[in-house]
Amino acid sequence: MRTFPIGGIHPSDNKEWSKDKAIEVLGLPDEVKVTMIQHIGAPSTPIVAKGDKVLTGQLIGQATGFVSANIHAPISGTVTSVDAYPNGQGQRRIMVVIKREGDEWMEDIDRTPELKRECELTSEEIIAKVRNAGIVGLGGAQFPTHVKLSVPDGQKAEVLIINGVECEPYLTSDYRNMLERAEMLLTGVEILMRAVKVERAVIGVENNKPDAIAHLRDIIARDNYAGIEVMPLKLRYPQGGEKQLIAAVTGRQVAPPPALPISVGAVVCNVSTAIAVYEAVQKNKPLIERVVTITGKALGSTHNFLARMGTCVGDIINLAGGLPEGDVKLLNGGPMMGRSVVDITAPLIKGCSGITVLSGAEAARGKEMACIKCGKCVAACPMGLEPYLLSKLAKLQKWDMAEEHNTIDCIECGCCSYTCPSYVPLLDYIRIGKQTVMTNIRARANANKK
Amino acid sequence: MNSLVLTVLTLGVLGVLLAVILYFVAQKFKVEEDPRIDEVEKMLPGANCGGCGFAGCRAMSEALVTRDNIGALFCPVAGGEVMKSIAGYLGKAAAEKSPMVATMRCGGTCQKRPKVNHYDGALNCAVVNTFYVGESGCAFGCIGYGDCVHACKFGALSINEETGLVEVDPDKCTACGACVKACPKGLFELRKKWPKNRAIFVACRSKNRGAVVSKVCKAGCIGCGKCEKVCAFGAITIDNHLAYIDPEKCKLCRKCVNECPTGAIHIVNMERLPKEPKAPKAPATEVKSEVKVETANKE
Repeated sequence: MRTFPIGGIHPSDNKEWSKDKAIEVLGLPDEVKVTMIQHIGAPSTPIVAKGDKVLTGQLIGQATGFVSANIHAPISGTVTSVDAYPNGQGQRRIMVVIKREGDEWMEDIDRTPELKRECELTSEEIIAKVRNAGIVGLGGAQFPTHVKLSVPDGQKAEVLIINGVECEPYLTSDYRNMLERAEMLLTGVEILMRAVKVERAVIGVENNKPDAIAHLRDIIARDNYAGIEVMPLKLRYPQGGEKQLIAAVTGRQVAPPPALPISVGAVVCNVSTAIAVYEAVQKNKPLIERVVTITGKALGSTHNFLARMGTCVGDIINLAGGLPEGDVKLLNGGPMMGRSVVDITAPLIKGCSGITVLSGAEAARGKEMACIKCGKCVAACPMGLEPYLLSKLAKLQKWDMAEEHNTIDCIECGCCSYTCPSYVPLLDYIRIGKQTVMTNIRARANANKK
Repeated sequence: MNSLVLTVLTLGVLGVLLAVILYFVAQKFKVEEDPRIDEVEKMLPGANCGGCGFAGCRAMSEALVTRDNIGALFCPVAGGEVMKSIAGYLGKAAAEKSPMVATMRCGGTCQKRPKVNHYDGALNCAVVNTFYVGESGCAFGCIGYGDCVHACKFGALSINEETGLVEVDPDKCTACGACVKACPKGLFELRKKWPKNRAIFVACRSKNRGAVVSKVCKAGCIGCGKCEKVCAFGAITIDNHLAYIDPEKCKLCRKCVNECPTGAIHIVNMERLPKEPKAPKAPATEVKSEVKVETANKE
């Protein structure tokens, strides 16, 4: 069974809490706050003002460049304010607040549940539809999907890789999507294959989800999805990382940045993204809802909700029995890569595949001790870096040396911090090093342009 | 015995021979360096802090000696007197700068700005800043893990355990600017140093609206504009819901301090004006030498 070549760890996956919970459609929220930054790239510009009536699926945030994404109204109603509100990290960002009135949809959106499989559109038409629908990578990175699908001139995609790995502990939204919405997923994959003009697609699924693998294989055989293959992968974190998944599936290594996956002929999309692409292309439905896992030992009940973007995180948690007593840690995502949420009035965003609730005791970090140079972090790093060194260099602000040691290759998976027996917060420091080095590189590039 | 003599002789002759060669080589490849560079370096403080913009005191003294116009060069650590004596030694015109002092512009103490969450990652302000707004709800306030304290080479900064804020010792501060670069929230400013270490400044950097500020911090500037109106010298401007006192225009009249409803305007080494200002007294003589921050509470 395949996997990526170096590094990696085996955290307990904790998926049993929510993996058997079927997707529930969440009731429409009375109010949504829609952030204008739900993607990597330039923030979108709000094109509605206070008092405007909007329909579900109406464009409310215009993308401001190629690497940016449109944002649509998740419910119908009246815009009550366009102002800065705190996001999950407490930072104030421009959000459009919509108060719900009824449930009226844009007329061109097809709301029938029947699967629509035929697609005669060309690659450019599909990419244009994906772009209009504001689809971003739903695995968590929130990278605009139309940018990924636009293969640059002179390069050719050979294989489409669909990321069904979901290596992050606790989260089960992709898993439920593969089980319950397999037909939509596979049709989405067919559309994506047309978009990037490839004959072969591989859905990578880790072997801790044997029922998803079997189910997808059954549907592929039953409905003749040609060229799509399900590849079981050996359980290992961070297999869902783009570069790790490409290495696991194709055996090829993507060069360090600025090289992109397309340089080895691969385009990678998440399973939830593929479903969103299906809905956008076949049903004209923009990205206004997603499956989100609400999980954690400390919670009263766990769920997989199909929720509208902009729904208040606190409201969703209340449906799962409310916040537990005492100290809790809320994570936008899973425990390895999720960002902690400090403000529960924050809205749900496109990249949020789950909300993990950990009790204070579960979330507590060990007391930091001196590095004993055991090299565990080096062995665990899936990018072949030296985390202990990068962390030290960032602490000492030796940015040029950090750059020499390829700190920008770091994918922030957290394997180093996880594996450290001295509880050194390695990734915390590496992240500042990475940010500073990136800023320096950009400043140099700008200076050279002038 | 014979071998011993031979060894001593060989090594001795070899040593003399090499010394002679080295002497001629040193003469041939001698680097001519202005002897004044050494002298100027001795006059500089030798802190190698980089506050002048050069890599260290040696680089600064080279620049002072080689450049014709040294008006742009200034060592904030040495101060005006030393710069004058260096300029006199070199026969050039010295840069004239009034003394400056670093000022930390956040008044959100633990009491005024309570913590709303607990952080247990790396104890480093820059790291906290990459994650989220910080343990209090204010996105602009002091994080309190002391990146500036580590950056200060003169021991002028310290964290007050009681308030959780960083304090500047104006006697030790040399205005090198290391803290200005170190603070991820940009709380430090090099401001004019008044005699007797007096100072007045708005201890808040929050650009949020007043309603948002007062929710998270009772000592923040809410941008009400009262101080701007009362200032007779046009020293106060309000930008993005935040007041700023221009130290070049301010005459230390302290009228604004009484006006401020949240006590965001701090005065150091000065008394407040009486509540009903009649005739301003001269409080200068009563000032203690130690630093005393008066948080102007509304009475």
